[in-house]
Parts: sequence; C-alpha cells; structure tokens
Amino acid sequence: MSESRAGEGVPLSQRSEFLAGVRAEAPILLGVAPFGMIYGVLAIGAGLTAGASQAMSAIVFAGSAQFVGAQLFLAGTPGVVIVLTTFIVNLRHALYSASVAPHLKRLDWRWKALLAYLLTDEAYAVAITHLGRPPYSPAAAQQRHWYFLGAGLALWLTWQLSTAAGIVLGAQIPAGWALDFTLALTFIALVVPALKDCPSIAAALTAGLIAVLAAGWPYKLGLVAAALSGIGMGLLLEERQAPASQPAQESVS
Amino acid sequence: MSPWLILLGMGVVTYLTRLSLIALFGRLAVPPIIERALRFVPPAVLSAIIFPELLRPAGAFDLSLGNVRLLAGILAILVAWRTRNVLLTIGAGMVALWVLRAII
Repeated sequence: MSESRAGEGVPLSQRSEFLAGVRAEAPILLGVAPFGMIYGVLAIGAGLTAGASQAMSAIVFAGSAQFVGAQLFLAGTPGVVIVLTTFIVNLRHALYSASVAPHLKRLDWRWKALLAYLLTDEAYAVAITHLGRPPYSPAAAQQRHWYFLGAGLALWLTWQLSTAAGIVLGAQIPAGWALDFTLALTFIALVVPALKDCPSIAAALTAGLIAVLAAGWPYKLGLVAAALSGIGMGLLLEERQAPASQPAQESVS
Repeated sequence: MSPWLILLGMGVVTYLTRLSLIALFGRLAVPPIIERALRFVPPAVLSAIIFPELLRPAGAFDLSLGNVRLLAGILAILVAWRTRNVLLTIGAGMVALWVLRAII
C-alpha cells in the first residue's frame, strides 16, 4: 500500500491518526449524545428559538455552559452577566489549553485556531492521553494533531446532530409540562455526586444561600456574587484542611 | 441586548479561554490559585442557580408545602445522591413535580 493510494492526498499516517482519534472518542459519544438531546429540548423549553439553540451549540460548543446559558436566558438575565458567567464556567479550558500547548507548539496558527475551537472536556480527555504516549512510529509522532482533530470533529458532529434532534423533540412537548424545571434537575444531577468533601459542600451551600439572599440584586449580579463567594469559601476551607506539610490531600470522601 | 450578540459574547470568551495558552505557550502560565479554584466552580455556579429555582420559584421566598418545585427538587437531590444517575434524577424530579401539582 503506497501512501498515494490512501485517497484525497492524505498520507497514510495522517489518515490512520485521524481515524484512531475518532475511534478513541466513540465510547464517549454514547454518553454525549443524550446530553446534546437534553440540551436541545431544554433550550427550546427555555424559550430560545430553534436557530439560537443550534447556534449556541455551534458557537459556544461547551455542554455545561450551554445549560447554564439557557437557564439564564430563561430568567431574563442581562447579556453581560450571561457572558461573565460563561467565562467563569469555562475557565477550566485554560488548564486544558496549557496542557496541550507544548504538543501543538510547532503547528501553524490555522491548526492552533482550529484545535482550540475543538478543545472540549471530552476531546481533551482523549487527545491528551494520546499526545503524552510514546509514538508507535516516527511518522506518527509528527502527525498526532490529526488524532486530536479526529476526536474533536467526532465530538463536534455528535453534539450538533444530537442538539438538532433535541430541538425537534423539544418543539413537540407542550408548555404545560413545565420542561424548564429539567434544567434545575440536570444541575442537581451534576452537582450532588461531585460533593465529596467539606470544601466542595461548603462551596455549594455558600453559593446557594447567597444566591437566594441576593436574588433581588440588579442585573442578576447576585448570581456572580454567589458563585464567587462559593468558590472563595471552598478555597478557604481547603487551605485550612491541608497544612503545608501535606500538599495533595484526599479528604473525607 | 440581542440574543445573538449574547451568544457571540459567550462564544468569544469560551474560544479565547481555549486558545489562550495554546497561543501564548511559554509566555504565560495559569496562576496556582486559579488552578485550585477550578474544582469549586461547578458546585458554586450550579448551586447558585439551583437554590433560587427551588426556594424562590415564583420570585419570592417560599418554604411552604405548596412549593412543589422545592419538594420535587429535594426528591431529585436524594435520587442523585443515591444513584448518581443523570437521567434517573431528571425523570424522578419531573414525575414528582407533575404528581405534586396534581395533588396539591
């Protein structure tokens, strides 16, 4: 098999890296597709148009931020607060960005721009394990960004299609079903299992109570104040729990 | 503000966060405090949305038994805690809401 036969002028190692990335992402897609559908249903339930719901999946392309965004649209939150909250929710991507950066440094800006767009939780998880592994051939070592691209595009396509399916489904559901409540329920399902130690429980309770107390603040700024207070409380308690002699603690779980 | 402008803003801050250290490799690092703070972001932000949804469903503080969203939400919290299953939590919460609305 010569490389010229691989089709479309794509050298064999690029194509095999790309397909390996798609395959590695496949099991995750099974978990992502229902979430995309739920998002589509909820975005419609939150009063977004079909076009805006789908556009959020394409423009923002970040599951949890989209759920939060839909909820904030529903509550009539000012745009600046929605954008600020999105920034806080997606700040973790800066860590992913730092972590993949050394592996992408020799690529040109078009590759960097494209892979940054595809840098979701799920694509990062798959790509970084591969980027950190010793290559199985010298040729493959130079083509590993194709693996990232395969994983990222597989996830992107799944997210767009499942969003569309959810939008179609959501449009069939009558308003009397109070579908907007599924947003709060989704957040409960995401938060509760993650409350494994004192600092995270304190972060959740602090943020929740401040949000209730500050619900009347103008421009929904109570939400931002509540989130920052919760994060601050978590950090404070973590610091108290972990003396300098024990850096990486795994507290009561 | 137009919803499209808000969507664009959400997209821009998300994209710039993802691009940040890929583009600035070697010139910038994530401050340790941000790194430690990140794990508290989901519980803090999501709880800040959940609590008012359950405790102020109609825009005013409501701890009464007539607050069906609070009751359904508490059931969902128990289901989430016991099962750690997203779909089961959503299903149980919605069914509880519909049943409670029919009874109360």
